[in-house]
Amino acid sequence: MNNLKQEDKEISQKSESILNARLRRRSFLQYAGAGAAGVALMAAGCSKDKDPVGPEEPPVVPIDETVSFGTGDNAVLNYAYALEQLEAAFYTKVVTSPWAGITATEKDYLTDIQLHEIAHREVLRNALGGNAIGGLTFDFSSIDFTKRDAVLATAMAFEDLGVSAYNGAGYLFSSKDYLGLAAKIVSVEARHAAFIREAIKPNSFAEVVVSTAGMDTSRKPSEVWAIVAKYITNKINTSTLPA
Amino acid sequence: MDFLNILNEIEKVDTTVYDRLNPRRAAMKDFFNVSKKVAVASVPFAIGSMFKKAYGQGTASAAIISVLNYSLAIEHFAAAFYTRGVTNADFSEAKTNAAADKAAITIIRDHEVAHVKFLQDTIKAAGGTPVTPATYDFTGKGEFATPFGNYRSFLQIAQGLEDTTLRATKGVAGELAGQSVYLTAALNIHAVEARHSAKIRLMRIAAGFSKTLQPWISLNDETDARLGEGYYAGEQNVTQNGVSVVGINNNSALDAPRASEAFDEPLLKADVTKLLADFGVIV
Repeated sequence: MNNLKQEDKEISQKSESILNARLRRRSFLQYAGAGAAGVALMAAGCSKDKDPVGPEEPPVVPIDETVSFGTGDNAVLNYAYALEQLEAAFYTKVVTSPWAGITATEKDYLTDIQLHEIAHREVLRNALGGNAIGGLTFDFSSIDFTKRDAVLATAMAFEDLGVSAYNGAGYLFSSKDYLGLAAKIVSVEARHAAFIREAIKPNSFAEVVVSTAGMDTSRKPSEVWAIVAKYITNKINTSTLPA
Repeated sequence: MDFLNILNEIEKVDTTVYDRLNPRRAAMKDFFNVSKKVAVASVPFAIGSMFKKAYGQGTASAAIISVLNYSLAIEHFAAAFYTRGVTNADFSEAKTNAAADKAAITIIRDHEVAHVKFLQDTIKAAGGTPVTPATYDFTGKGEFATPFGNYRSFLQIAQGLEDTTLRATKGVAGELAGQSVYLTAALNIHAVEARHSAKIRLMRIAAGFSKTLQPWISLNDETDARLGEGYYAGEQNVTQNGVSVVGINNNSALDAPRASEAFDEPLLKADVTKLLADFGVIV
């Protein structure tokens, strides 16, 4: 009930733009020092000062070397890790060289998505430990990053593909923990997909990818790989993925 | 029961189903011809044993049927809620988006109705008995005086329902581990619920109902007025696979909100039961 009252208060200030709202949200969090979130946020802020070297990057795989995913659950995790590397690299390019006229709200949401993909990538890398493949090299030359349409169309393709990849690979995990981790990630990819689709065309949040039976798409690793191969410069041996 | 339709549905999630059932398609045809003549009541059993043969891992186990029925109980409520919503929700509150919002809710209703049918068919095919709809209290024991007449309330319930449904699926996904048909179908439905949640959140933002909301769940969404208390408990988690995601591997831009947003958290059945009980949903 308190929530409803709180919302009534909010509604009276309805005229503020969504952008202001989002800035307010960030500043709210900055000053919410009492909560665990605030403490964690401040910790993150501090680590920035102590971190002159920036993110720890995995060793880049030499282009003439064939990347092997390994076997069993490691192969499935490396498969997901490779896809998250692709998405993170794509969004990093989007937010560091955005199209002309990108709105503050678009930039803010795309930065959120970039950071979500980095979070997925790093959690998968840590889960793999010594079995993780190295940093892949990507070829985004087919994408015109100066055009909103081109960027969003690619983002949509990557997000829908990511959803179908996790849906199709879920049953390949032997470990329930890894299955659980993949399930935590895939719904966030689906949120991204819906958001990007709505930015392109209203009410297309589930268009095409969702069947009349209300089912999203699932793809086998081989089907996913056939689609993403053109963006990945490295040679990758996917034959060890469980069928 | 239209078991050809069931096979068609399953083929959408497992394109190899016919090969699994029998590598010789001619033999499949024989099966259908024979089963036209057998009593309807024996068909679920025939299909159940066919599946057992095809997937070789006791696909019709009680545990799996229980998970499917758990999903069905929630989907029954969702289908009933949106069916009423398409007719009764006051979309005029969405102003210039009224027509588009009604179209979106219609799309979502169609998905939920299809999920109900899919789960009913699949449970029957697996030899189980689908649960039936309950009597629902859309006011949530009076928390929402006018769940359809008040558009804000309607979208609040919708968002809470979508997020709870997908979190409930995560809570039981492990019980379907290794099941190419059942797990994949559950994940395919689960991703659709996430698309719904993102869309409803965007509708609430566009309608000016919340200024803190995003298409993804941030921390426990506590700055956003929402359905009931405790709906997003646990969502503020930033530890994955034993490691804090905040600033992970020196990615200092990864703050707690983004670290929490990147992962949707599961809900255990006991929590789902408690959350949906006010609406008359029995899981």
